[in-house]
Amino acid sequence: MNRKAAATIQPKPPRRLKHYLTGAIVVLLLWGSSVQTEATIGELVEGFPNMFDLLKEMFPPKWTYFDNIVGAMLETIRMAIVGTTVGALMAIPIALLCASNLNKSPWLRHSVRLILNLIRTVPDLLLAAIFVAIVGIGPLPGTLALSVFSFGLIAKLTYEALEAIDRGPLEAMTSVGANGVQRILFAVVPQIQAHFMSFALYTFEINVRAAAVLGLVGAGGIGHYYEITLGFLEYDKTSVIIVFTLAIVLLIDYASTKLREKLL
Amino acid sequence: MIKPWNTIAQKPRKSHYRWLIYTALAAVYIWAFAGIPFSGIKETAVMITKSIVTGILSPDWGFVYLPEGEDLLRGLLETVAISILGTVISSVLCLPLAFWAAVNMSGSRFISGSGKMVLSFIRAIPEIVLALMFIKAVGPGSFAGVLALGLHSVGMLGKLFADEVENMDKGPVEALLSSGANRLQILWFAVIPQVLPGFLSYMLYRFEINMRSATILGVIGAGGIGTPLIFALSTRNWDRVGIILLGIVILITIIDLLSGAIRRRLV
Repeated sequence: MNRKAAATIQPKPPRRLKHYLTGAIVVLLLWGSSVQTEATIGELVEGFPNMFDLLKEMFPPKWTYFDNIVGAMLETIRMAIVGTTVGALMAIPIALLCASNLNKSPWLRHSVRLILNLIRTVPDLLLAAIFVAIVGIGPLPGTLALSVFSFGLIAKLTYEALEAIDRGPLEAMTSVGANGVQRILFAVVPQIQAHFMSFALYTFEINVRAAAVLGLVGAGGIGHYYEITLGFLEYDKTSVIIVFTLAIVLLIDYASTKLREKLL
Repeated sequence: MIKPWNTIAQKPRKSHYRWLIYTALAAVYIWAFAGIPFSGIKETAVMITKSIVTGILSPDWGFVYLPEGEDLLRGLLETVAISILGTVISSVLCLPLAFWAAVNMSGSRFISGSGKMVLSFIRAIPEIVLALMFIKAVGPGSFAGVLALGLHSVGMLGKLFADEVENMDKGPVEALLSSGANRLQILWFAVIPQVLPGFLSYMLYRFEINMRSATILGVIGAGGIGTPLIFALSTRNWDRVGIILLGIVILITIIDLLSGAIRRRLV
């Protein structure tokens, strides 16, 4: 009898309640968000023609404006180079402190990591706004902001790579009686240098993009010209800036990606 | 020929290009460092740094909640709302683009290549520039921020979604095709179940990035916590700067932890 009952039992479909609840929570979040931001479809439909007018005014771009912004673009690239380099140099000792196979004190390791995590939560433009308040307007606050931002990113990527290195060379160096500095120079550096360069290049790509907008808060570079041209309603000049930035960013991305492929 | 044990191994020869590369690098660095004016720091710099640090250590707790509005909690809530809406809008917008850019969906390499190109162009325009333009269209406020994030995120999400679709297992699609399913049925029963966890995980990841972007949109007037922050910075209200920075750091840390936990369960 038991068998018969088992044969007639239909397998139950999996419970759907969880999915319905998840869906309801998502809808609730969306509804709450649109109330909070006062985002309505009506406003979008109303605003849409303005958007088209804007695009129409952006074409054709006023190419002669190009000469005015070359200097600012070069400054942008400079800021990215210097910021990435300073950040990368600062990141080296901190990354060594964070790696669990090189620093045996868990207390120190975790507190340094916590500070790193906190630094990485602050967006680059906010850092730039703060540095503008501290050192004044110009490319210096932008460079400082990019340095701090790159420091957080490169230090994290590097310590994760450091934890994945081969233990063999380290143990070999220890067994022949090398001191701490020798261990790092001869067992760690050769294993990590290509990765480190790759992370620095990757951060450089991000920094070029970031540096292009830092000027909006007065931190130097080409971003300042967005405000000027948009403020004077010269949209045909704005489009030149956008196209120029796009070209530079894509070019640097391409070159850096090729270099990174060669490195690794 | 076997070498005797006591010969010294020769060092690998270095190429002559090396010096050329070093010289070029040195030139680039000299050019770059020469262009940044390291002098000209305001004399007040040390004092302001001190007041920012004391501001962070003694934050203006009264700003956390003000009955009449425009306080920290409402600003942070608006920031979260902007990034939620921006993420959802972009993940809807990027779906057709992602299938266009996925080589196993569009069929030819040429079509998928053009889709990838469109995505990388969208990605290259910074969200803050998009926000500036949307402010012209719909006026200042958080709605402009939502639209800017919604459009900018399409670039990255579309690329990640396309990769996910390309890495899909072909088996279920072929099985359905052989049993006579139409295109819609294939999409619904073979493609969607495979890519959905990946899509959701990427959406959450993008949401984390959008949270950071949303905190800065207010700097140009596109809503969120950035507006009171830039106001406090320009009026030199350091205690308020301190509490806002603290709020941003705590909020983003919490969001990262939450989203990371959900993503680990998804994939």
